[in-house]
Amino acid sequence: MNKSSDAAVEVRGLRVRRGSTEVFAGLDLDIPRGQVTGLLGPSGCGKTTLIRSIVGVQKVAGGSVTVLGAPAGSRELRDRVAYDTQSASVYSDLTILQNLRYFARLIGAPRSDIDRVIEQVGLGAQKNQTVDSLSGGQESRVSLAVAMLGAPELIVLDEPTVGLDPVLRAELWEMFRALADAGATLLVSSHVMDEALRCDRLVLLRAGRIIADTSPERLLSETGTTDPDAAFLALIERDVASADPPPRSRREAREEDGS
Amino acid sequence: MNGARTLATAARVLRQLSHDPRSIALMIVAPSLLVGLFAWLFSDQTGVFDQFGGAILALFPFIVMFLITSITTLRERRSGTLERLMTTPIAKADFIVGYALAFGLMAIVQAVITVTFAVWVCGLDVEGPLWQLGLVAVVDALLGTALGLLASAFARTEFQAVQFMPVLVFPQIILGGLFMPRDQMPDVLYAISDWLPLSYAIDTINAVTAGDEGWDVWRPLLIVVAFAVGALVLASLTLRRRTP
Repeated sequence: MNKSSDAAVEVRGLRVRRGSTEVFAGLDLDIPRGQVTGLLGPSGCGKTTLIRSIVGVQKVAGGSVTVLGAPAGSRELRDRVAYDTQSASVYSDLTILQNLRYFARLIGAPRSDIDRVIEQVGLGAQKNQTVDSLSGGQESRVSLAVAMLGAPELIVLDEPTVGLDPVLRAELWEMFRALADAGATLLVSSHVMDEALRCDRLVLLRAGRIIADTSPERLLSETGTTDPDAAFLALIERDVASADPPPRSRREAREEDGS
Repeated sequence: MNGARTLATAARVLRQLSHDPRSIALMIVAPSLLVGLFAWLFSDQTGVFDQFGGAILALFPFIVMFLITSITTLRERRSGTLERLMTTPIAKADFIVGYALAFGLMAIVQAVITVTFAVWVCGLDVEGPLWQLGLVAVVDALLGTALGLLASAFARTEFQAVQFMPVLVFPQIILGGLFMPRDQMPDVLYAISDWLPLSYAIDTINAVTAGDEGWDVWRPLLIVVAFAVGALVLASLTLRRRTP
């Protein structure tokens, strides 16, 4: 492990274009080690693009992303960083057990890990069922279980709790906490704001910019609110007010210029 | 490349297939049915099936494997599993060779059944040894797999992948020497057919059914192998860890 830097992830001047839109025009971010960092923001704000840049599958236009002391996506990181995509990325025509066996063999995780992660996501009774016979929430838990295989130092989860019931969400967050307590770094994106209070640190993204990089306590006290939903609304309103007015649409321009 | 990861991938692809018995049945039975239909069509004209039957044997494994491979790998690209794989230690070559191994194994089963059916049931007359016919069928199926892997890189949807059939496969069938001996074609088309792998596949089959030996059989077969390897290399180059 690289001790020269405290941050698990260092993003410097990241620029990403997707199609004709610029998602990031120079983004800077540090994610500390051994903590659960929540990445929050409205849909379309760039959460997934940032996550893909960190795990090294996003084509970037400029800047640097350093993960655990190495460039994002480099060979030495591939068994140290675990990634769960937003939609379940497992083979729907294989059973839970077959999926986990395959990924365990790829990353060289011991076979005992397979039973452990199945228990962690609470799918022991279904382990011989094919994934396409499961519910949507169960399917995303299989995908999450894959990310728990081995002993990853950085676990990057893109909306892992979407579509899950509150009991299960609470269980998963306890598991994230346990992983962090055991020394792993977690980056978890979400648009469910009440999950924010379970993080050590919060990064709020809006339209490709970081509008807050704070802790749950500071978020509530600075905005003078008691619940995270209200806090985020306050932050976003503050950001909208301070930002330049949005560019006029063509139609608006036509109507104004014509009158 | 890493043997364990390649084998794990091949095993995973076969396991996926095992959950889809209908596809396996189609893969194994369809070529025999088509060969049988062909034999029946020419049952009253002696010698015609012997002339074309062999070439048909080269075509069907090629077409079936092309379709299956291009659609399966495309599904992997679109479902997010490929993106996840690209964040694991698997090498691109592990992925491509894993697929080629799995479908190559299916191709062997398919070839054994189709050749057996063509010879024993349809009475295909083969001068050369039967195992050579089987070998050519396997190599052709591998060529189909390799081109299918390559084609899937250029298709964004399953619909597009299927449309590659008329573009990549049909011209090779038309110019391959099945409908007209290649040396009787217009010069330009003959020159083009020299660059198409299926032409050599059909040449090999014709050499085996005619009882030719040595270089007449192995030269065109090696050319088909070279095309298949080339397509696999190109396919692994088109795999990108980073995507837009």
